[in-house]
Amino acid sequence: MKTDIDFSKRLSPAVQSIAPSGIRKFFDIAAKMEDVISLGVGEPDFVTPWPIRESCVYGLEQGYTSYTANRGLPELREEICKHYAECYDTHYDAATDVLVTVGVSEALDLAMRALLAPGDEVLIPEPCYVSYQACTILAGGVPVAVPAKIENEFRITPEELEEHVTEKTKVLLIGYPNNPTGAIMTRKDLLAVAEFAKKHDLIVISDEIYGDLTYGGEPHVAFSSLPGMQERTLLLNGFSKAYAMTGWRIGYALGVPAIIAAMTKIHQYTMLCAPITAQMAAIEALRHGEKYMKKMVAEYDRRRRLIYEGLTKMGLKCFEPKGAFYIFPDITSTGYTDEEFAETLLESEHVALVPGSAFGACGKGHVRCSYATSIDKIAEALTRIEHFIKNHKK
Amino acid sequence: MRELLELLEHDARRPVSEIAPMLGKSEYEVEQDIRRLEKDKVILSYNTLINWEKFGDNTVTAIIEVNLMPQREVGFDAIAERIYRFDEVRTVYLMSGSFDLLVIIEGKSLQEVANFVATRLSTIDGVTQTRSHFMLKAYKKDGIVINDEERDRRLVVTP
Repeated sequence: MKTDIDFSKRLSPAVQSIAPSGIRKFFDIAAKMEDVISLGVGEPDFVTPWPIRESCVYGLEQGYTSYTANRGLPELREEICKHYAECYDTHYDAATDVLVTVGVSEALDLAMRALLAPGDEVLIPEPCYVSYQACTILAGGVPVAVPAKIENEFRITPEELEEHVTEKTKVLLIGYPNNPTGAIMTRKDLLAVAEFAKKHDLIVISDEIYGDLTYGGEPHVAFSSLPGMQERTLLLNGFSKAYAMTGWRIGYALGVPAIIAAMTKIHQYTMLCAPITAQMAAIEALRHGEKYMKKMVAEYDRRRRLIYEGLTKMGLKCFEPKGAFYIFPDITSTGYTDEEFAETLLESEHVALVPGSAFGACGKGHVRCSYATSIDKIAEALTRIEHFIKNHKK
Repeated sequence: MRELLELLEHDARRPVSEIAPMLGKSEYEVEQDIRRLEKDKVILSYNTLINWEKFGDNTVTAIIEVNLMPQREVGFDAIAERIYRFDEVRTVYLMSGSFDLLVIIEGKSLQEVANFVATRLSTIDGVTQTRSHFMLKAYKKDGIVINDEERDRRLVVTP
């Protein structure tokens, strides 16, 4: 459509200040290629386990097609609370402490809008998921990046956080296991962060969407399960990654009644409720989905070891990821920037991955490879990357 | 060891160079493990699941319920052996319920299979009754969906 109206003056300045996602460009090139192997996908390659899909079909047949309570189906909220009591010994009240959302993305947006006043600062360890900064800005807040270091396996320390905390800091937003690095935080690491949050009286938003996907024996620790942290923590989680349910769009927030009520207020006017079909499926996932989830995790673990060994052997520096399904090698030894590397690799070898700088300035010089793809494809992608590195040294 | 077996059960052609890093072992260790499992007959054989129909062969599969007269000392085993020694017989299970053996037979034609049942199987001493069911269509075999249409529907790059 053509228009003579100047929309640069009419669109919200906050929206205009947000840079478009750095991933878009690669998507456009890769989508046109026939034989592309993509390590650029941030979602499981598995389809949702059949019993979960079947339960949704059954729900539709039975006529479950209405709105639900704003906060979500009571049975789902109860299953979520039961899950946290069993797995993390953390007790939430299904009536007041849970909000079912349209994915963690909505939960994060609601959290920011519910918590932030104009000018409030949010500490965000980077590299991190692409929407953290954007959601902060859209809610009127100011994102403050705290770079994590590869030497420290991309974990964040109180000392690093101290360097960036100010009078205006209100929220600390962490996401472990981490997208894009695959880093996790041990209980000890988190205890130190908890001490920091307490010292500066911060709310901690903990995005734990990859919480079920950890490897190598170090169990995931829910931030709210740390001593004294439950009242300070807004925990975000969902079904997308662990149960391969990205397209269903079901997430949830767990926190104190005041924050959950504030978020629910926005949610009821903007979203009303999450889709009932997907909520029914989520109940099935929590009740009977664990064995399927564990099988998928075991498969990710095998792929993780294969890709880690493959990338290390070809001389790329990378730390062994312990969670999620990403590996974040340092590609500076090739002489390319991460953007050039990703672009040239895609053009010459038809392997898609995502430049690290899409996840924050300190992701520069790295690329994110997702191993949520079949072993055969990973093996082929490794061969192509090795071929690329041998022939394209700058 | 279970993980190794599961990997091989899913894809026996997977190279040891791929399996080793997945299991966090050396290639030598994995080779030794496989050799031992073969020797111990935990691994019996490496087969290929083939869609013969797609290849153009029209084999006939019959599932036959067999009733037996058990024999002193050996029970059903001796008769079962007489049956499973035939090349036409693909599978033999001893069953609980209204019949004793479940026998799966493959042949080139209905005629051939019927002939085998009439002249070979039902004439074995101790076989008292047979009921044959001819298979019309295979949907899933050994955990593999025959005509699987599921494919990767994801976008190529997502955050």
